[in-house]
Amino acid sequence: MGDWKTITVPVLSSDSKNIFPYTSERKKSPTSMNSQVLRLPLPLSKNMHSFYSAFCTEENIEQSISYIDRELTTLGFPSIYAESKGKELNLISIINCMNELLVLQHKNLRAQEEAEMQHLKLGSDMDHLQNCYAKLKEQLELSKREIVGLQERDRQLQSKNRNLHQLLKNEKDEVQKLQNIISSRATQYNHDMKRKEREYNKLKERLHQLVMNKKDKKLAMEVLNYVGRADGKRGAWRTDKTEARNEEEMYKVLLSDYEQRQKQLLLENAELKKILQQMKKDIISLLPPQKQKPKERSEDGLVLSDQEEDIGELNKENMWELSCETVREQLTNSIRKQWRMLKNHVEKLDNQVSRGHSGALNEKDVISREDHELETEKLELEIQQCKEMIKTQQQLLQQQLTCDDDTTLLLQDCYLLEERERLQEEWRLFREQKKNFEKERKSFTEAAIRLGLERKAFEEDRGTWLKQQFLSMTADCKQSENVTTPSAFLRSKYLVQIMLLHSSDPDIRLVKSASRQRKPPYVLSASVSAESYQTSQYIAQNSVVSEQPAADNMPNLWVESDDKEETE
Amino acid sequence: ASCVQHRLVVRDASSLQLRQLYTCLDQIQYIEWSSDSLFILCAMYKRGIVQVWSLEQPDWHCKIDEGSAGLVASCWSLDGRHILNTTEFHLRITVWSLCTKSVSYIKYPKACQQGVAFTKDGRYMAVAERRDCKDFISIFVCNNWQLLRHFDTETQDLFGIEWAPNGCVLAAWDTCLEYKVLLYSLDGRLLSSYRAYEWPLGVKSITWSPSSQFLAIGSFDEKVRILNHVTWKKITEFDHPATIASKKIIVYKEVEKSPTVETERLSFPPPRALASSLFSTQSKYDISQVPVSLQYVKPVADRANPKVGVGMLAFSADNCFLATKNDNIPNAVWIWDIRKLKLSVVLEQLCTIQCFQWDPCQPRLAVCTGSSRVYLWSPAGCVVVQVPGEGDFQIMSLSWHSSGDSMVLLSKDNFCVCYLEREEV
Repeated sequence: MGDWKTITVPVLSSDSKNIFPYTSERKKSPTSMNSQVLRLPLPLSKNMHSFYSAFCTEENIEQSISYIDRELTTLGFPSIYAESKGKELNLISIINCMNELLVLQHKNLRAQEEAEMQHLKLGSDMDHLQNCYAKLKEQLELSKREIVGLQERDRQLQSKNRNLHQLLKNEKDEVQKLQNIISSRATQYNHDMKRKEREYNKLKERLHQLVMNKKDKKLAMEVLNYVGRADGKRGAWRTDKTEARNEEEMYKVLLSDYEQRQKQLLLENAELKKILQQMKKDIISLLPPQKQKPKERSEDGLVLSDQEEDIGELNKENMWELSCETVREQLTNSIRKQWRMLKNHVEKLDNQVSRGHSGALNEKDVISREDHELETEKLELEIQQCKEMIKTQQQLLQQQLTCDDDTTLLLQDCYLLEERERLQEEWRLFREQKKNFEKERKSFTEAAIRLGLERKAFEEDRGTWLKQQFLSMTADCKQSENVTTPSAFLRSKYLVQIMLLHSSDPDIRLVKSASRQRKPPYVLSASVSAESYQTSQYIAQNSVVSEQPAADNMPNLWVESDDKEETE
Repeated sequence: ASCVQHRLVVRDASSLQLRQLYTCLDQIQYIEWSSDSLFILCAMYKRGIVQVWSLEQPDWHCKIDEGSAGLVASCWSLDGRHILNTTEFHLRITVWSLCTKSVSYIKYPKACQQGVAFTKDGRYMAVAERRDCKDFISIFVCNNWQLLRHFDTETQDLFGIEWAPNGCVLAAWDTCLEYKVLLYSLDGRLLSSYRAYEWPLGVKSITWSPSSQFLAIGSFDEKVRILNHVTWKKITEFDHPATIASKKIIVYKEVEKSPTVETERLSFPPPRALASSLFSTQSKYDISQVPVSLQYVKPVADRANPKVGVGMLAFSADNCFLATKNDNIPNAVWIWDIRKLKLSVVLEQLCTIQCFQWDPCQPRLAVCTGSSRVYLWSPAGCVVVQVPGEGDFQIMSLSWHSSGDSMVLLSKDNFCVCYLEREEV
């Protein structure tokens, strides 16, 4: 552009330093204008004002405007002058330029932000990568060390292995050597033994000669008389005929033994063949009936025909019991075939069972084993239930049937018998109890009787004593006046009362209880024996409601007692 | 019959009554009855004399003198009329005939455990021979002592031969250094040869089953191998481990039970019978719960003929059971069921088994262990039988009567007869 004139811009005191260098910079490098313009750093806010004011003042407006225009035109913006050479400014273009500059500024700011972001990101990525790198380096180191260790171990093991192999080889060699030694020693020993034996034989020969030569007379047998042979035959000379006969006999023995063995083997063979036939028949019967596919049918048909043929043949053969090679082969082959078929069949069934019913559609006749078992279980349960029902029904029926006369009578009789027996039992018990009670009562009455006797004696004594007293008393009273009977009566009554007072209650009660028994004889006997007691009895009875048998006896007693009193 | 010093005592078997008494010239070492029970031979090895006595005619006598040839063994032939004497050093076997007073010689007999074997019916006799360091077998016809067959065997050192009960097969086995069992038919053909293993010690004992169906071979590796008569191949192997774990095997263990003494009846000095019963302990059988571990004896490694392996084998008379004894486990008898080919019972005793023998009629096994008790086993159960008597009666061996009703129990100096009652049916 044009030369820059030195624009002395009046600067505020605070920013002089800042601006001066700036303007001088501008002066110095006109060529690098663009860069200088771009190098415009965003000034600080403090400086911004002063800067903006520093650039354009009232004095250099024209220059600054022209400067700005120049700048803008160089930047590509339209001129801010209204005309090319006029001094009037085009406001619109100015504003447009400003807008464009703002937009540019925004763009630049955004780009800057983005660049900074990128920068940060890249920085963190870089950090991250560096970390990874460091870690990987460490790992690499570790694994390298491990590898080295493992290699070391591998080497050691290999060497051990080699050692062991070596040892094994050594051992094997030793074994071989020892075996060789053994065999060589064995041969040596054999040789030595043979030598020694030969020597020994020679000695024996020599000895034998000596012994034979001696011709001892003692070398004889003394027998009193000859003994007959065991089988009664005579001895025979040795001739060729006898030799031949011996051979014959020997062969006969051998032959008979062989024949026997052969018979046994034949029997075994026949049995085994029979068993094989049976097995074959069983296998054939086990195989499923051939109904389904024509393909199968044709196969099975063939097989069936084969089987029938075989059976027919072999039956024929067996009848004659030939055991030639071909028959045997046929039999074994056919059995093998059947067995294979059976095996396949069983395998098929197994597959079906394991797969479920999916594969069973083809062979309807074949029921899978599980189903079969389930069915059988169900049926068994049903059977059991039915049985139970039948049982219960029978019972009910029986119960109902008890309405029958015969049965009811019988039952009643039974019940009656039962009751009777029970009653008898109870009677027995009752009788036993009664007996016990009787015994007790007896004992009690005896005790009472004894007591009564004692009491009687005691009362008599007392009676005498009182009598004496009374007599002594009356002796005094007789002097005074004649005693009328009522007074005597009174006196007797007085006596009685005294006597009563001295009687003890328990005894009365005893007697009472004794008298209350149903059996009158006891009471009677009691009353007969204890006469002095009767008065007390009477009075006691009067106070108590007594039973009739006892009561009947009382009036007699009463009469007696009164009489007694009167006599006294 | 029993012998005491130089006297032969013959008793009645059912009542032990003295029947005859014979006196011989020297101390008797061996006696044998003839097969028809009419004669008894008494052999005196020191003097080289064999005397034969007759039961029917006590006056009859016979004396066979070997002279300087010496006498090592003597036995009857199965027809009861010939005596076979083996001279010293096994120089020869002399066959003396009681009927014709004739003599036959068999040269080069083998000096082995079982060198002479008769067939069950007594028709043939097999003799093991050795000439020029090779083993041979000669088969003779016992009627006239004619040689029938003579063949060599492939054995290193033939140890023994035995006929099968059916008389048609002869089993020959090698020394224990070599496991080899050869089977020859009556006419001398080799039917089969069996070899279980090569190097360790081989066959210790062999026995045929009564039906000739099986041949049981007991070896030093504590196993019994059974061969069948059809293919002569092994059908099974029985092992004798020291621990029994299977639940199907019954183990009977002999257990001592303390004697019960009634203190009220004790008197001083105690009577003899009571004293003996006080000191001799009673024992009974208990069933042990599996798993059971038996007493195992480790053999001494550097001695010959070690006490290892199956040393005793016996089939029962009905061919159903096999009784074996493993010398490693000397206190136990193993009873195998042949029908199932499995171990069925083990009897564990307190002492070492000395001898066992099957009843000739029933499946009953009698076992003796050197104590004063004899043990009987049958499939119904087992029982301990105490020999009554004073003092100790240590049973060393036993032998059944052929009817199965009684058996003879032998100790060192005495013997007694045990009678078994038959169940009343």
